[in-house]
Amino acid sequence: MLNTQTTFVLYDEEAEKVKEVIDNLLKASNAKSIYLIDKNGQMIASTGNVAEIDATSLASLTAGNIAATGGLAKLIGEKEFAIQFHEGEKDNIHISIVGSRVILVVIFDQRSSLGLVRLRVKKASNTLTTIFDEISAKENAQDGMPGRANPFAEITDDDIDNLFS
Amino acid sequence: MSFINYASREINCKIVYYGPGLCGKTTNLQYIYQKTANESKGKMISLATESERTLFFDFLPLALGEVRGFKTRFHLYTVPGQVFYDASRKLILKGVDGIVFVADSQEERMDANIESLENLKENLEEQGYDLYKLPFVIQYNKQDLPNISPIEELRRFLNPTKVPEFKACAMSGVGVFETLKAIAKLVLMDLKKGTR
Ligand SMILES: Nc1nc2c(ncn2[C@@H]2O[C@H](COP(=O)(O)OP(=O)(O)O)[C@@H](O)[C@H]2O)c(=O)[nH]1
Ligand SMILES: [Mg+2]
Repeated sequence: MLNTQTTFVLYDEEAEKVKEVIDNLLKASNAKSIYLIDKNGQMIASTGNVAEIDATSLASLTAGNIAATGGLAKLIGEKEFAIQFHEGEKDNIHISIVGSRVILVVIFDQRSSLGLVRLRVKKASNTLTTIFDEISAKENAQDGMPGRANPFAEITDDDIDNLFS
Repeated sequence: MSFINYASREINCKIVYYGPGLCGKTTNLQYIYQKTANESKGKMISLATESERTLFFDFLPLALGEVRGFKTRFHLYTVPGQVFYDASRKLILKGVDGIVFVADSQEERMDANIESLENLKENLEEQGYDLYKLPFVIQYNKQDLPNISPIEELRRFLNPTKVPEFKACAMSGVGVFETLKAIAKLVLMDLKKGTR
């Protein structure tokens, strides 16, 4: 079985639920694009006008930023800074930590506003927290679930060698 | 912490290149970047100072192909080597799945290697990891230089537990992919076991 401490698993059902939440948030906040990133820099889901931006770079830099900001917070005796906002000439970026586990990034321009984004993010965050709590609960209960076995249990040396050929 | 995404059928793993300042970590990533086909690599990001020393990290996403119907993605990071960047190094180690320790084989860098390896162990311990239980390989870099320590000595001080080790010259690329392949293999084998 996959170790729940070291592996984060996202199944189709949860992926769909997550996608629905950020799709709704995109509409409700009038944002350009939205990304959900895990704290280690891996993209979980995205929506909106995502073709313009290199998503992998965005994920890694966002996670680095959150890690660095978290370090700063601890230095001054705070637990974390849950929200960051960066204002550009045209586009703005709103970054928030959801359920202390994942990072929600909203990119928006003058068609929206910081107030609206804040408001809608707050609501979406609650829903997302519930979903991620469910995921955690599922991971903890995973041992007894057939059909969800480790897909890599059968991996062979040849499989791995083939990756480099 | 690897991330298995059933929805997109992807598996993501994080590999960190660690070692003393100027041992050749960034050079490893640059060589991998140069030699990887466009469709298999993402943008390489270097958060560096004006003097091109790594300030926070270098980052290179690689897609290596499929295993058992899952796309494998490896995120390669380097840490800044200078002693005073310890806070940044700790951050980058978060969620690591595999470690490459790049040693500078030059005689006069032996102490720096030992210090950096100790620092790696301490920083991992702070997060509850034991270096020798993680997928871990060592690279003895700069083998092209004249003033290098004998391999036995490097081994004795840096590789007491005999993890996979590679001689390298990252500048010309010798040993770079052998090192990467070895750590990728250990990380995937670790997933197979699913125990850590
Ligand atoms: N002679 C030699 N120089 C190297 C080798 N690998 C890296 N270098 C040089 O060492 C210096 C530091 O390399 P860099 O990759 O920036 O080190 P980092 O601090 O570990 O990221 C650069 O000038 C590199 O060109 C090598 O195998 N042989
Ligand atoms: Mg560097």
